[in-house]
Amino acid sequence: MAPDLEAIAEQVFVALADPTRRAILAALATDGPSTATDLAARLPITRQAIAKHLALMVDAGLITPEPGERRRVRYRLQSAPVQVAQQFLAALAHDWDNRLAALQKYLATP
Amino acid sequence: MTSPFPDRIERTVKLARPPRDVWAALTTAEGLSAWFGEQATIDLRPGGAATMTFAGGMTVDMRVERVEEPAVFAYTWRLPDLPDDDPRRTYVEFTLEPDGNGTLLRVVETGFAQLPVETRRETYDSHCEGWTRELAELATHIDGS
Repeated sequence: MAPDLEAIAEQVFVALADPTRRAILAALATDGPSTATDLAARLPITRQAIAKHLALMVDAGLITPEPGERRRVRYRLQSAPVQVAQQFLAALAHDWDNRLAALQKYLATP
Repeated sequence: MTSPFPDRIERTVKLARPPRDVWAALTTAEGLSAWFGEQATIDLRPGGAATMTFAGGMTVDMRVERVEEPAVFAYTWRLPDLPDDDPRRTYVEFTLEPDGNGTLLRVVETGFAQLPVETRRETYDSHCEGWTRELAELATHIDGS
């Protein structure tokens, strides 16, 4: 089980490490499913560069292609891999060290 | 070079007070709001509901799981920032052990590495369908009025 999680989380973090891909994901989160042409119109990136990043993110399972209007492919954000990555972040963010220090301090006061 | 996906957090601390004082700090609204959150409510029985409000106003729902005074207290709570209907919860268990005049307190939180990705996708898709339907109904409502 763990290697799958690790692989999924890694793909999410690799995708998010690139500013262009972050911009594309942010645009899909904000505006919903979009075509490469929609994204090229909205972002300061060439359509070719967008297509390359979209292909990578489809492979990673972060977005899925689906048929859109005028036979153009639309890309839809998939939340599942992000939620796996979020579990990784949650383990880092669950701040027991500071909480237990606060408990120690609370119990030290007479 | 792969790192393991963290599923479990475990800490042990020595506290200067006996288990009964530590128990009160862990299981009463007054105790919890003094060190854990800004505000707390708790129905102290297995299955009982508890809430913790943190600085900034975020409130987390918790469910009491184990109440074995003064040795074991456990609850589950949701992973942060997941959708409201997400079933995933982590399990937090406190174990209190007398240690001289004080207490050895162990906290274990498990369940970070749950993976219902397939079910998540189903839920996500049903969400999308739900939204599409609701928006369609809204559109119909607006068009009809």
